[in-house]
Amino acid sequence: MYDSTTRSRSITIEAQNLGKRYGDDLWALRNLDLEVGAGTVLGLLGHNGAGKTTTIRLLTTLSTPSEGSASVAGHDVVTAAARVRADIGVAAQAATVDGLLTGRANLELIGRLYRLPAADARKRAGELLERFGIADAAERLVKEYSGGMRRRLDLAASLIADPSVIFLDEPTTGLDPAARRELWNIVRELVSGGTTILLTTQYLDEADTLADTIVVLDHGRAIARGTPSELKTTIGGERLEIVVEDAAQLPPAIAATRSFADGRPEPDEAGRRLIVPLRESVRLVDVVRALDAEGVEAVDVQRREATLDDVFLTLTGSRPAEEPQEEIAA
Amino acid sequence: MTAVVTDSLLLARRNLAHIRQIPEKLLDVTLQPIMFVLLFAFVFGGVIGVPGGSYREYLIGGILVQTIAFGMIGPGTSLATDLTEGIVDRFRTLPMARSAFLYGHMLAEFAGMVLAITILSVCGLIVGWGIHAGVGHALAGYGLLLVFALAMVWIGLLVGVSVRSADAVMGVGFMVVFPLTFVASTFVPIAGLPAGLEQFASWNPISALAIAVRTQFGNPTAIPHDPGWALQHPVLYSVISCAAILAVAVPLTIRGYRRRTAD
Repeated sequence: MYDSTTRSRSITIEAQNLGKRYGDDLWALRNLDLEVGAGTVLGLLGHNGAGKTTTIRLLTTLSTPSEGSASVAGHDVVTAAARVRADIGVAAQAATVDGLLTGRANLELIGRLYRLPAADARKRAGELLERFGIADAAERLVKEYSGGMRRRLDLAASLIADPSVIFLDEPTTGLDPAARRELWNIVRELVSGGTTILLTTQYLDEADTLADTIVVLDHGRAIARGTPSELKTTIGGERLEIVVEDAAQLPPAIAATRSFADGRPEPDEAGRRLIVPLRESVRLVDVVRALDAEGVEAVDVQRREATLDDVFLTLTGSRPAEEPQEEIAA
Repeated sequence: MTAVVTDSLLLARRNLAHIRQIPEKLLDVTLQPIMFVLLFAFVFGGVIGVPGGSYREYLIGGILVQTIAFGMIGPGTSLATDLTEGIVDRFRTLPMARSAFLYGHMLAEFAGMVLAITILSVCGLIVGWGIHAGVGHALAGYGLLLVFALAMVWIGLLVGVSVRSADAVMGVGFMVVFPLTFVASTFVPIAGLPAGLEQFASWNPISALAIAVRTQFGNPTAIPHDPGWALQHPVLYSVISCAAILAVAVPLTIRGYRRRTAD
C-alpha cells in the first residue's frame, strides 16, 4: 500500500501488532499496524467502539499496550513516553480544558506546562484565540462556553506548543458545518506546514477530504486501508435509497433498479428500505419511472453519498452492531 | 527537580484561580471557623468553665485544630473533582512532571489552611484571646499547626483519590472528622467526659494538638489530673501523630493516583 516515495520519507507514527486488552479477553484493539509518513494525515474511520479512541490513547501515552509496540516522532510510547509527550498535541474527544479558568488562562497554563516561557505562552495563546474565533470570549470562563467553542479551545490547546505530531479524536463531532469547514482548513494548513496528523472520524466525507491514508476500524481490527480513492473504488460512491409501503414490494423494487445498480442491492425488510450502489450519471427521474413501471409504491426515493454504514455494509456484508456505549477506554 | 517545582506552582496557581471563581470553596476555612468562634465564645462560653483561665483563651487553640482537621474536605473535593473530569487526561499528555498534579493541589490547599489559621488568629484576638508566651513558643505553636495542616491536606488528598465522586468527600469528612474533633479537648476540658470517652479523648491526637498549641501560646490547657502519656507529652505526641499520618497518607495517595490513571 505504501509506494516507494512514501516509504523513503521518514515515518512519524509507527505501530506494530498494537493491541489493548481490558480484563481477561476483551480486546478494544488488536493487531494494528500503522505507518504514517511525516507531514501526512492518517484518518481512522469507524463507529463508536471500533477502537479509534483506544488507538489514540495508546499512541499518546495515556494507555499502555497489552501487546505490540508503537513509536511517535521516533520515540517508543512506553519506554520513552516523556519524549513522546514533548512532541505531540492531543485534542481528545471529551473536552479536556478547565471550566473554571478563562479561555486565555487555559491556553497559557497548558503552554507553560509544555515548557514555553511565560511571554511565549501568552503570545501564542493570543494568536490561537484569534485564529479559532474565540478571542471575544478569551476572558470568559470556559464553563460558559458553548460545546463548539469548548471544542475549538481544546484544539487550540493542542496546538499551543507547535507540536510536530497532532492527534485529533473526532475533532468535528458537535461542530456546526461552518466550524467544521474551518477546522478542515486548519488541518490542511498544519499539514502544509509539515505537521503529521492522526485523526479519527465517523464521517466518510471528512476522512475523504482530509486524509492521505484511511484505515477503517471495526470491532478493534483494521478491516480496510488505502488512500481515499482506493477505498472509494472498493466501496463505491453514490447510493440510491428507496423506502416502500410494504416489505413485499422490495423484490420488484430490486428488479426495477437492476439496470442502475453498480453492485449488490441491500434490502432491509424491517425498515422497508432498499439501498442500491448507484452507477454514475443516473437520473433520478428514470429511477422513479422504472419503479412506477414495476408497480412499486415508493414512499421515498433519494440519491446520496455513501455513508460509513454503506462502507461497512460493503466491507463486512453486515451493518455494524449498535454500540450503546462510547469506547471502553473513554 | 526544578521542573517538578515549576509545574507544581503552575498547577497550584490554577487551583487558586478556581477559588476566585468559586469563592464559596473557601467557606470552610474562612466563615465557618469564624462562626464556630462566635458560637462557642458567646453561646456556649457562658456555661463552660475552664480551670485556670477564661474560656475564650482556651477556645481558640481548639478551634484552630478543628478547622485544620475539617480542612481535609477542600483538597479531597478538588482532587476528586479533577479526577472525574477530562482535564487529567490533558495533563497526562503534557510533558510536565507527573507528580506535579498532586503537589499542585497540595500547595494550593496548604495555602488555604494558612489563610484559615490567619483569619482565626485575628478573630481570636478580637474576642479576647491572646498569646502569652515568648516569640519562640508562639512560633513553635504555629509550626505545629502548619505540620498538622500538611498532614490533613494529605488525608484529604487520600480521600479524594479514593472516592468515586466529589460529593462523597463531604460525607467521609463529617463521618470521621466530626466525632474526632468533638470527642477531644477541642471545646471542653476532657476531665468532664464519661470515663470511656475520656480515655478515647486522651489518646485522640486532636486533644494532644489542641493542648500542645495552648501550651505554646500560654493559654489555659485544662489537662486532667491524671493524664495519659499522650497528654503528658502533647507536643511530642502531636509530632509523632502528624509524622505517622504523612508516612501513611503520602505513599497511599500516590499509589491511588497511579491506579486511578493507569490504563
